[in-house]
Amino acid sequence: MAEEELKLIDEKGIRNDGRKFDELRPIKIEAGVLKRADGSAFLEWGENKVMAAVYGPREMHPRHAQDPSRAVVQARYNMAAFSVPDRKRPGPDRRSVEISKLMSEALEEIIFVEHFPRASIDIFVEVLEASAGTRCAALTAASVALADAGIPMSDMIASCAAGKIGGKVVLDLGKKEDNFGQADVPMGMVPTTGKITLLQMDGNLTMEEYKQAMELAMDACKEIYKIQRDALKRRYSTSISTFEETNDMEEE
Amino acid sequence: MKELISKITKDYLFRLIKDGKRLDGRDLLEQRDLDIETGWIGTAEGSARVHLGDTDVIVGIKMDVGEPFPDTPEKGVMITSAELIPMASPKYESGPPREDATELARVVDRGIREGEVMDVKKLCIKKGEKVWLVFVDMHILDFDGNLFDACGIALMAALMNTIVPAERHELGEDYPLPVEHVVVPTTFYKVKDQIMLDVRLEEEMIADARLTVATNENGDIVAMQKGLSGVFEYEETISCIEESKKIGDELRKQLDKIKS
Amino acid sequence: MDDKKKYKRELLLPGDMIEEEGVKPGRGTFKKDNKIYAAKLGVKTVRSGYVNIAAQSGRYDPRKGDKVIGTVTDVNSSIWMVDVNSPFPAVLHVNDVPWRVEFGDTKSYIDVGDAILVKISNVDELKKIQISMDEEGLRKLNNGQIIEIAPSQVPRIIGRKGSMISMLKNYTDCRIFVGQNGRIWVDGPLEGQYVAVKAIQMIEENAQVVGLTDAVEEYLRKETGKDLELERKKLE
Repeated sequence: MAEEELKLIDEKGIRNDGRKFDELRPIKIEAGVLKRADGSAFLEWGENKVMAAVYGPREMHPRHAQDPSRAVVQARYNMAAFSVPDRKRPGPDRRSVEISKLMSEALEEIIFVEHFPRASIDIFVEVLEASAGTRCAALTAASVALADAGIPMSDMIASCAAGKIGGKVVLDLGKKEDNFGQADVPMGMVPTTGKITLLQMDGNLTMEEYKQAMELAMDACKEIYKIQRDALKRRYSTSISTFEETNDMEEE
Repeated sequence: MKELISKITKDYLFRLIKDGKRLDGRDLLEQRDLDIETGWIGTAEGSARVHLGDTDVIVGIKMDVGEPFPDTPEKGVMITSAELIPMASPKYESGPPREDATELARVVDRGIREGEVMDVKKLCIKKGEKVWLVFVDMHILDFDGNLFDACGIALMAALMNTIVPAERHELGEDYPLPVEHVVVPTTFYKVKDQIMLDVRLEEEMIADARLTVATNENGDIVAMQKGLSGVFEYEETISCIEESKKIGDELRKQLDKIKS
Repeated sequence: MDDKKKYKRELLLPGDMIEEEGVKPGRGTFKKDNKIYAAKLGVKTVRSGYVNIAAQSGRYDPRKGDKVIGTVTDVNSSIWMVDVNSPFPAVLHVNDVPWRVEFGDTKSYIDVGDAILVKISNVDELKKIQISMDEEGLRKLNNGQIIEIAPSQVPRIIGRKGSMISMLKNYTDCRIFVGQNGRIWVDGPLEGQYVAVKAIQMIEENAQVVGLTDAVEEYLRKETGKDLELERKKLE
């Protein structure tokens, strides 16, 4: 389809869905929403709905996959059959296997894996409704779920995409922009240090455009990081236990 | 990974149940709080999220056009699957559905199918060639017992919320899925000769036998399933059916409220 | 009550810098470029020259000396494998129980599914856990029930200098033991157990930290019909 016809962005720089070039879709995060999991987060990002759960550290299965010096971080990104317009067959496909691998690697970087030899830290992300940018939504939610699970980490990760539509570099591609745009750069970073933990790109960009895209995305990650923090603070605002840790025991 | 429950906790549960009491203070035949939210998934033709206590499930319905089965050339087709994803419980593992998930999907499916909830003839587009396919996917997010009822209620709510996407397939205007009956299951668990419903995880873990009874608004029984290695007396099955009708009527009232 | 003041303490998240002069990095923290950071979601505490993060969530992290409640998962001729709510099972060796156990006779003392009160005697670098039952007070638990709470909430159940737990015991006539691993053993009259468990859940979930002790006492008074405050006053 010709971009001219679709008009993803107009002369004033206003996009199809009314956003400006550097505007994120609305993001809402709620931490600690599941009972069984050790930590969890539910995230809505535009029309995306993503649930993340963390189990662990726990005994790694199968045993032969255990690492005697550190924990193994296993993220699993999964799309519900009803999360996309044309029903998706349940189970992993090549795309979700790849995303799972990238997520595991990105998260491994911030987790103190050496604290838990032989263990696994499992992160399960279910995409319940998908509308472009699910991997960024998944990584953002996973990071909140890990903090909620009390996993020791050096930092948190926020993730966001930027791309190019109608010849212009914009932040956080929506569904149509993703389908008919010219480039997409999903990235994840540690907002406090600026270190990049996830980076993919497809389409066509000049060096100048790449720089613009990354600057937009990096700024947005800082904004997302605030939303992540707020979610966790809200979750614990009413239950903070401020007693010193003690070994005192009480009996009979 | 196994769930663990110590002997003394088991004994305590047995003692409570023998006295007709439960961990959370409910009566044996009392349900937990039920919350139904429909239309939750924009990409689905119909959807519902159900919280039954801490059990949390989502049912999404997708529709497509396809060929009928050769032996039912003028009937639409419903295909039901359930995924016990590892998010929901430490004992679930990744991979293809196991026995438990298959049984769950089949039992919930049976109530809807045998209860003729949908008029499948109305889902025929061209006899022998084209019918509507109704894909039901049940996603368990948090497991605290009694998936049969949570999924059964969620599926019924999702069907009542489903819009047939006729326009997308150039078959005229979109219209609500023809729902003729409201069928809901009630699942009973037997622990040491006491019968209770809507069990939580700990209760489900110590149960001897399980009986699911699905009823419609006329009070007819449309599907049953006995599970686990324990047994029921014939009289017990009768009282379970009576109770299922009562609970079913309550649930139907709640479902009617959300009808679009 | 200085609950109010304490309540204002700030929740730190992983990667947050800890502003505290002249302290060493303790539990739940890490050091980078001469600065100390929080490694876990929690609240800062300072003790004996160390700054720690008191975790607000997460699994039990076993420490030598902790008294915990375990459930036996496996038995062989010389050891018991025990789940103590940590990532890996703990090992209880026949030499670490108060009885002389003949080789191969382990099962007749403690069997799979039994709940035991034990002490963590060692955690090595590989996080292998050894436990012991050979100390006064440690034993097999024969009656009552075990409930689980988040290990991070254990100090709240115990209360300042054990105030909360003694109140629970006095009102409900129950024996209560709070394991550091978040497992709590409650034994006594059925009614009392029920009230005690409810109160524990109330403490764990309750939003209003300010005045929580009073709210719990109010509940206990209502449920048990006892009024310990009144009795105290009478004595005076």
